[in-house]
Parts: sequence; C-alpha cells; structure tokens
Amino acid sequence: MLCLNPYEFQGFPTMSTNAKSRIVGAPVPRKEGVDKLLGRARYVDDIDREGMWPGATVRSTIPRGFIRSIGFDQRIDWSEFTIVTAADIPGKNHVQLIFSDQPCLADGIVSHCDEAIVLLAHPDKHKLREAVAAVRIEYEPLPPVFTIEESERQDVIVWGSDNVIKSFLLEKGDVDSAWADAVHIVEGEYRTGAQEHLYIENNGVIAEWSEANGITVWGSLQCPYYVHRSLLAVFNLPEDKVRVIQTETGGAFGGKEDYPSTLAAHAALLALKSRHPIKMVYDRMEDLAATTKRHPSRIRHRTAVDKDGKLVAMDIEIATDAGAYSTLSSTVLSRATLHSSGPYVCPNVRVRARAWATNTVPYGAFRGFGAPQAIFAIERHMDEIASVIGIDPIELRHRNFLHDGDTTATEQVMRDPVILDQLLDRALRESDYYAKRARFAADNPTSAVKRGMGIAAFYHGSGFTGSGERYLNSLAGVDVTPEGKLRVLVANTEFGQGTNTILTQIAAESVGIDYDNVIMAPADTGIVPNSGPTVASRTSMVVGRIIERACLQLVGMLREHAGLGEQFTSEEFFAASERYRAAHGQVVSLCHYEAPPDIFWDDQKYRGEAYPAFAWSIQVAQVAVDTVTYSAEVEDFWAVQEVGRVLNPVLAGGQIEGGVAQGIGYALYEKVVWQNGHMANNQMTNYIMPTAEDVPPIHVFFEEIPFRYGAFGAKGIGELPHDGPAPAILNAIKDATGVGFHSIPLLPEDLFVQLAAREAVEEPAAL
Amino acid sequence: MSETQAILHFTVNGENCSVQVSPMKRLLDVLREDLRLTGTKEGCGEGECGSCSVRMNGELVNSCLVPVLQAEGADIQTVEGLATSGVLHPLQQAFLKCGGAQCGICTPGMLMAATQLLSINPHPTMAEIREGLAGNLCRCTGFVRIFESVVAAAAHDQSSDQAAHAR
Repeated sequence: MLCLNPYEFQGFPTMSTNAKSRIVGAPVPRKEGVDKLLGRARYVDDIDREGMWPGATVRSTIPRGFIRSIGFDQRIDWSEFTIVTAADIPGKNHVQLIFSDQPCLADGIVSHCDEAIVLLAHPDKHKLREAVAAVRIEYEPLPPVFTIEESERQDVIVWGSDNVIKSFLLEKGDVDSAWADAVHIVEGEYRTGAQEHLYIENNGVIAEWSEANGITVWGSLQCPYYVHRSLLAVFNLPEDKVRVIQTETGGAFGGKEDYPSTLAAHAALLALKSRHPIKMVYDRMEDLAATTKRHPSRIRHRTAVDKDGKLVAMDIEIATDAGAYSTLSSTVLSRATLHSSGPYVCPNVRVRARAWATNTVPYGAFRGFGAPQAIFAIERHMDEIASVIGIDPIELRHRNFLHDGDTTATEQVMRDPVILDQLLDRALRESDYYAKRARFAADNPTSAVKRGMGIAAFYHGSGFTGSGERYLNSLAGVDVTPEGKLRVLVANTEFGQGTNTILTQIAAESVGIDYDNVIMAPADTGIVPNSGPTVASRTSMVVGRIIERACLQLVGMLREHAGLGEQFTSEEFFAASERYRAAHGQVVSLCHYEAPPDIFWDDQKYRGEAYPAFAWSIQVAQVAVDTVTYSAEVEDFWAVQEVGRVLNPVLAGGQIEGGVAQGIGYALYEKVVWQNGHMANNQMTNYIMPTAEDVPPIHVFFEEIPFRYGAFGAKGIGELPHDGPAPAILNAIKDATGVGFHSIPLLPEDLFVQLAAREAVEEPAAL
Repeated sequence: MSETQAILHFTVNGENCSVQVSPMKRLLDVLREDLRLTGTKEGCGEGECGSCSVRMNGELVNSCLVPVLQAEGADIQTVEGLATSGVLHPLQQAFLKCGGAQCGICTPGMLMAATQLLSINPHPTMAEIREGLAGNLCRCTGFVRIFESVVAAAAHDQSSDQAAHAR
C-alpha cells in the first residue's frame, strides 16, 4: 500500500529537513514497528514462565518512623506464601546507584510513604491481594519533612547531618561587585511541581533463580547494566551469575532508569526464597504511589542589567526537593545548575544549588533531568526583565544570546556554530509572531478570551555532564551472525524513542549494506557489552558514534584479512564475513568511547566543557485564556531546533512532538497532590495528562549543523523539546493577560486566584 | 475460596471461542490469560487510558471494564484480528509509515479506536479524529503522527474506492 502524503491534509504542519544520504537521514520505518502494530511485541506482562507466581509488596503507610513490629493476620494460612523481609537479603540491603543510602527493603525505619517493607508471593493473585492487606505493621512515628522550606530550616534532620543531599557552587567573574553599577536589578522566584512519567506500561519485571545460572531478570527497563550492578550487591554474586534482559518497554522517559533496580531485587528475592519464577508488574495506583517523579524546584534569580539591556550579573539560587533518598538527585541538580543561566552571555554568574531531603518518594530521572526546571525559571525571568526595563522580550534575547566564540557560565568556549538568532528569526517567521501579537493586543480588550504569544530560548547539553562519558568508558560494536545479518551489540534500549532504528541505520550506512540486513542484538547482559545507560540524550550521538567506528573497523578487518574489495555489495560483504569466520572463529568488532580531544572538565571548580555538544531550540506558544472559565489552552505551537544532523526525520519529529506534549502537560495539567507524604491522586482519573483533544498542532522545523564527534553529525534530541513549553506557555499567558505567573503546574484554580484578584482591584464594585 | 464458573461463548476475530471462567472476570483478562491474546494491553485498569480497547459488536469498549459475562454471544475484534493473510491493515501500514507508534503499548488500543472511527466515519475531519481518539492516551507521540496515520489510512480508503469505481 502507498501511504499518501498526510501533509496535504488541511491543518497539518510540514516538517523540513535537508537529509541527503541513503539510509541515515531517511525516514526508514521503525525496526520493531511491525511487531508493535500486530500486537505481537512481547512486553513483560505478556510473558509467562512455567510455575510462575505473582509477587506483591507491603508498603509503609506513614512518611517517617521506626518499624516496631510486623504482624501477620491469623486468618490467613501463611504457610502457602513466600514472605521476604530485609532479613532475607543475602548481600547488601541497598539499591546501588550513585550513593547507597536507599535500602532495598526498609529495615527498622521508614523514610517515606509507600516504601517497601515486606514482599509476598503466592500462586493465586487474588489470595495475594488479600494477604497484602493482612500484614500489620506497627510504627513509632517520627516527625516528617515535606517541603524544601521545612528541610532548609533543619529543625528536623531526615538525611545525613543537614538534609543536604548535594550542593554545587558555580562562579564566573565577580557577581558581588556588579550590583553597584547596575542600571536595573530584577529579582524573581520560580517554582515547579512534581511530574509523573505516566509511561502507559507500568514498571514490571520477572525474576528467576537457579543454582546453575543464578539470577535472571526480564524487565521493562532502560539500563540493563544498572540493574545488573545493583543485583550483584544485593545478592553478593559474581558477575556471571546475574543476567538482565530488557523486554519490549512501553515508555520510560527516565522513569525506568533507576527504579527497575529496586523492583528487580524484590522479584529476585522472592524467586530465590520460593524457587519459583516471580512476576511483579505494578498496577497504575502502585506505580504512581511508589515510583520516582520529576524533582519539584524553587529557583531564585537576581539579575543586573545595564542601560543597553545587556546582562551584567546573574545570581541564581536553586533548591530541589530530592525526596527521601539520594537516587539520581545529585546529577539532576548538576544539570539544573548547568542550564540555569540560559543560552546567554553574562560576565558574572554565580549559581548556588542544593538538593534537599524530604520524606516523600525519592524523585528521580525524568526527560530533561533538571533542565526543564532551570529553563522554566530563566526563560520566565527573561520576560520579567524585559517587562521591567521596558524592551521587547525578543529584543532582550537577541542582545544577550551566546554566539560562536563566547563563553558559558562554566567558561566553556562555544567552538561550534551557535545559530540562536537564526533559529529565533525562523520561529518568529513561521509562527507569524509579531502580526499575531498585534492582532491579539487589539482584540483582547473586548474579548472574554485573551490570546497571547510567548517564546522560550534554550539549549540542552547532549550526553553525560562533564567527565561522565570518560568515566563510563562505554564499549559497543557489531558482529556478523551465522545467519548472515550484521548485528548491533549495545546495552542501549528501545523504549519508543528509536534506538533500534537509529543504531541499525548508522550500522547499515557505515558498512554500506542494506538496512534490512542489520538487526539489533537483544539488550541482554549475557550477550551485549556495557555501552552505558540509555539516558541523557546520549544514544544516537555517543553510542551511535562508537557503532560507526566499530563498523569502519570491521570493514577494515574484512579488507585486510578476508579479501573484501573497495566497492562491495551486501552479498560480497557477508561472503567475506564467512571467510573471516572460517579463519578466526567469529566476526566481531568492538570499540570503546573516544572523547573529543578538546573536552576538559574540572569537577571541583565546576568549570570547563560541561557538555561535548549542545542542541539549541526556540519554541513559540500561542495560548488562549478564557476569563470566564479560567482555563488556558495552547492553540498552536512551533518548535525550531538545531540538533546536529537529523538521522531519521519521522523519528526526530516524533521526539519533538512528544516532548512538547509532555511539556504542555507539565505547564497546564499535571499536578501531583500530596496528602501527608502520600500521592493522593495516584490514578489516571485524577492525574491528568494532555489527550488527543488537548494537544495543539505542533509545527516542527530543523536546522542541521553536523556535529564533528557525533554519529553522522548527530547531537542529542530526546530531552530538548521538554525544556521549553512551560516557560513559552506562561510567557504567552503573560502576553495575553498582563499577569506573569511564577509557578507550574498552572491550573484554572491558580489562574482564577490571580486574575480574579486583579479584576477586583481594577473594577471596584459600583456604589 | 471457590468461585462460580460459567461457560461462555463468543467469537474473537471471527473464531468461535468458549471459556469456563468466573463471569465477573474482566474481558481483558480472559483475552490475555485464557485465550493468550496478549496484544490487548492494560494501562490503568479503570477505563481512562484506552490501552485495552477492543471492538465488541461494532462498539469500542474498554475491556478492563467489561465483565466477560457481558460478552456472551458477542463478536469481538482485537488488534490480532486487524491484519489479514499476512498483510497489514491500511491503518497498520499508515502507523508504520507515518510514525504513529513509538513505544507501542498504546498502539493496539489506538488502532482499535481508529478502526472504530473509520468504520463509522470513513473520512473524518481533524476535529472528528481528535474526538474519536480522545479516550486513548499516548505518552510518546503527542498524538500528531497518530492523527497523520489516520488521515493517511482514510486517504488510502478513498483511493481504493476510486480504484474500484474505475473498474
């Protein structure tokens, strides 16, 4: 069947890209797409194992306290059940991540609601559910801490000696000496709330134990080797006795970066004790209550501006709510710090950042990883500065943008082209920004629906921060299977974002064979090397580059040792591979990560090349605020970005659109409601994400500047689009209503409070 | 604990099925556990996300909210019944080409909702597509490419109609 051009349909945006080559840059169909469309892709809950039992978790009902006793209701025949507590853990009772403060099962004390204390397994899932309710845990409560402010007061210490999980100080120039000469000083405080990943497939794993093989885990997860490393510690096993296999994964967005390490340990503990395969798949309420979310934040800006509207000094204070354990909070805080001063030049910058412990579920990785919080603050603040000093917000940005050769807050020199002015001009043109603003300004005074336009300008650092990629030292490559397929060997996982497709495109193009002749090895620690986690927008740029090099190395090997010619067909390539196999046993080519030569980072001073590359974006939101219902609606949205080379325009467009939709949810819909430390709205009925009727047309445009050290010129793309919608939307609401809102999510009740208050002042009741 | 069991008969994707189960068992669980048709997914268990959408007697239902008792005698269609003789359904082809599926977990339900929409309205407007898919949540795509896929499938239908007329 021919798929007719959908772009001809009215109302559809077109997407521009200047892709040229054969496979890379082409809209080849998703590698595992047919399986997904036929319903035969196997997600963890679709898998059955002989003799498998379901497992379940008994969780804390208080936010903080000592566990005084664990009782079992006599009406249940507990001999039928496998029961696991912290006492059953053969190795270390912690989830191995950056630090090891989080227990795998609470032992004597709980630090947040819904913390796992007891694990149960039974062949009948209905009896299991009754049994969970029949475990009685008695506590001696301790005073909890729920907010950044309570944690900062340090009246109650809930983590370490001071509640501070991590702090950073970044300093450039001399901020303190800048205030005296400033023409304007603008201050602002900005807040962001927690956000749920709301992947449609909940967290789930299957674990199996055998004397011969140790532990095998199948699961919905992003990072097989994170889970592997964590299980080694919990079970005190050698590396070859733990095997982790990713199953088809129904969305992740960071939410399956660290949590699967905990869940896999739980299922494996039950499997070890019961000697049955154990399946633990959370239902929606348990997933929402017990797993990680985006860190709430409070960010304060104090900015000095000169008479020409140039930024002279930025003093930034970042506080994040980390929850009960450290998880990834230190690196999230790092990324927030490194994105907090925006894509602007400023000679004097100071960022003081702290992650504070509280007694809620630990916050973790979520698309953007600290950047959306930081960019919300700086991009709202830029509009506030523009308002105070009386210039156009577009003009203020043009005057302060980074350009080639400028330095960032970490004194990283922009060696690669920076085209922010060009991106902004294009965004204004595509959105018809000025004409619309003028029209709305004319119409708004007489209309109950107030319309406005808002923008956000930002970068997102691609790959791990600073020295991260050097420490990871990823190993990846390709082999040729006996069935005659080139196979990509990586631990990087597909969870919708396109890993399978992009990496097989890169391999096919690098070797010079057909796309259909390239397959992915399963993301199985028993088969693939540790090519690092699937996070930080690193897979295409960093791992793709290793695959590109491994493919060229393989072609070189075959030319040197197996008579492969300069020009060859797919058939000649595989024939040469078989000659090589006959002589050497296997056909495999692996490479380690190679850092670009000019990357230097000082972890102590927080100075240097924070990221090997930056992706750049301008987003424009058109918003309508109904002053009768106080609802705000995004009517239209434009996203213009430079992400290096676009490797697959359909997948790249899908990443941008999906990220924008999540960002719209972050701004206007998605609110986690807390009740005594427990998520009160842990259902899809009352945690609201944008639906098909809420998402506006999203117009996506790419400018492509190939990045020298990325695979075929690629930079990171996945997280970038989530960074901008919230500030762009709130800036548009300010344009529409004249009121600058400083916190998200911004629900109708929040709009009502401020807009109605203003109306009350403006329109005193007639006497 | 013994539960009342019932023997129930219905067709799934055109094939006769009979199951002996608790009549209050969810249709979703009967499809997935008793008939091993795991293409239909559970996302929320409360009728909000639409991942478990199937067609029952020509209506779109959330199979997590349907006690199997209600399916007695019904004709049920699941994602496994869309492709025929190894050829993808036009909607499946359009989703593949246009990028309508990313992680794929909402896709089976989304395909059933789109099938339902096009069965009653072969050439929907954009507003009708949005409304027709409003009960199916997708967290990956922002829906844009799903809409494009439905438009492309509808256009394919139209070109098939024209080809039929030309003959």
